[in-house]
Amino acid sequence: MTIRIALVGAPNTGKTTLFNALTGGRGKTGNYPGVTVEKRTGIYTSNSGETYELIDLPGVYGLSGRSSDERVSLQHLRGEIDGERQPDMMLAVLDASRLQTHLHSILQFQQIGLPMVLILNMMDMAERDGLEIDLVSLEKQLGFPVVGVTAPRKNGRQALEDNWDNLVKTTKKPTQDKQLDLPALQSQARKITKSVIKQSSASHDLTQNIDRVTMHPVFGPFLLMGIMFFIFQAVYTWSAIPMDMIEAGVRFLQAGAKQLQPEWLASLLGDGIIAGVGSIMVFLPQIVILFAFILLLEASGYMARAAFLVDGLMSKIGLNGRALIPLLSSFACAIPGIMAARSIESERDRLTTIMIAPLMTCSARLPVYALIIGAFIPSQSVGLFNLQGLVLFTLYMTGILFAVLVAFVLRRTVTKGPAQHLLLELPGYMVPKMVDFWIALFSRAWAFVRKAGTIIFATSVILWGLTRYPQTGGGIRDSYAGTIGSWIEPIFRPIGFSLETVIALVPGMAAREVVVAAMGTVYAIQGTEQQVELGLAALLQSAWSLPSALAFLAWYVFAPQCFATLATVRRETNSWNWTLFLAGYLFVLAWVAAFATFQISTRVLG
Amino acid sequence: MRKIPTSLDQLANRQRAVISGFLAAHGGLTQKLREIGFAEGDEVEILHRGLIGGSPLSVRLNRCIIALRKTEASQIQVVCVS
Repeated sequence: MTIRIALVGAPNTGKTTLFNALTGGRGKTGNYPGVTVEKRTGIYTSNSGETYELIDLPGVYGLSGRSSDERVSLQHLRGEIDGERQPDMMLAVLDASRLQTHLHSILQFQQIGLPMVLILNMMDMAERDGLEIDLVSLEKQLGFPVVGVTAPRKNGRQALEDNWDNLVKTTKKPTQDKQLDLPALQSQARKITKSVIKQSSASHDLTQNIDRVTMHPVFGPFLLMGIMFFIFQAVYTWSAIPMDMIEAGVRFLQAGAKQLQPEWLASLLGDGIIAGVGSIMVFLPQIVILFAFILLLEASGYMARAAFLVDGLMSKIGLNGRALIPLLSSFACAIPGIMAARSIESERDRLTTIMIAPLMTCSARLPVYALIIGAFIPSQSVGLFNLQGLVLFTLYMTGILFAVLVAFVLRRTVTKGPAQHLLLELPGYMVPKMVDFWIALFSRAWAFVRKAGTIIFATSVILWGLTRYPQTGGGIRDSYAGTIGSWIEPIFRPIGFSLETVIALVPGMAAREVVVAAMGTVYAIQGTEQQVELGLAALLQSAWSLPSALAFLAWYVFAPQCFATLATVRRETNSWNWTLFLAGYLFVLAWVAAFATFQISTRVLG
Repeated sequence: MRKIPTSLDQLANRQRAVISGFLAAHGGLTQKLREIGFAEGDEVEILHRGLIGGSPLSVRLNRCIIALRKTEASQIQVVCVS
């Protein structure tokens, strides 16, 4: 039977980095506590060719297991999960620089009763900080093997990999003497560290110096705002040239497809597939730029500082700074964000966080915003800023503002309860590893392209069929899509949405960005040849009024329709009530916001 | 001057102190503080405070930096070192 080995340790000690390096896995890594919220398994082949099953678990500080991700880790270690064999041994991972503070957690893990090897990770960082650790003495005092490792580097793992088979086979179960309590373990751990650490410089000089700027009570929050603002500006300005190139390519293909015979084939390719998939592919550069910034923030160690900076604000609405990390990942996509909420201890806080996560503007909404802003908001300078970037920033801020309001109301009604604690370790700053950065960026970009090639491709073809047939000559209203759209059209008429928009909203339930592709298809079928050649933005300019466009933007700040998110909420809350509540309140807010925007802007602009 | 124990949140920024104990009022919280690494005899100092009401605090604990709120910090008893 394959030997099962679990990686355990405090959060953010590099367990997943080590796991990826050993198994060739692609688990998400980052420099903040709580990146891993799910168990992951992989196969490691040692130098001798033997295979081992490796299990990567969410980080735990001790054995009390307060949050749901911690409980899952501990259940795995104790073999309490149905249908899962208890691991045969543990690789306890510890950040060498934090040995003094965290060694007692290793002594706690030993009480689980499995054979254990201690991995002191990030030895390079410890050396940089002038920390010398006597590994031989440490091993002798602990009574189990200790290996120093720098996980991301091949030669940094040599001490572990060269010795692997031997370590696994010779390490014995700990002798179960009396179980000491936590204070006793702490004093034992402190005694050991005092004798093995030779420290020659002050701790974290670099990190503390950077913190003087980033954590400054006044300058810090301004810097955070500035960084966010810069990202939105960059998303617009840096993407202009590649977007123009992709758009020109799409139009070239579309013109080519239109020459084909028979006519229905030309329409299927030109109006259906290329218009649909092409209109979404145009936004790839913006998605890549946004993800690049998010990845850099996650890898640098700044993310946890951002949580610190907003905690004061979060406590006012009854949430804790910990909720910030799930909420920040929701800017990429609400699904990992909702799952990351598992690291929140209090069930009430976790539910509140899940309920507001979809209000963080996910990257799927970026193409929607970008399309409408590009078509209707002039690209002019307002002081230092670009008006388009300013509008985009405002939309993101509106989502955040409503998240605050909703959380405030929920914490005083359905998720009422006492204030929660904040205990968050702030990691040392690190220069992001470029290899990891490129791999992660590529895999996110690829996920976007793959979606365009599958879901968006399929909905484009289906929608093309529904919009084109039956061919009565009466335009889109007589088509199947028009018939379906006209059933729900009355709901959307007061908020300024045309029938075409309503038709595009329906497939947009599969994924929010599909609405862009769907509009590409709907308008391509409807528009004249010349209009189609000018592109979707130009088509919308002639088809929509400005109030309709603004109302559409307001709708998408809330955008309740995303099946994948709702399915995740159902799974994570294990409750239909919460799922329906989420969908319901988002729909109501979206409708009211779009209604108010449409009515007010019609009066002001008309 | 006699060393009077005070709570962590009462320290001035950058004033070094040593943890002398935990207030027993919140058993669960004490356990959590211990698990993340606070222990008797450890050196602590406040590095930064939040803008709103001076909370949260970023605290250096040995070679780690930990963010916690005033209410949590008030449970940690410390004695100043010069």
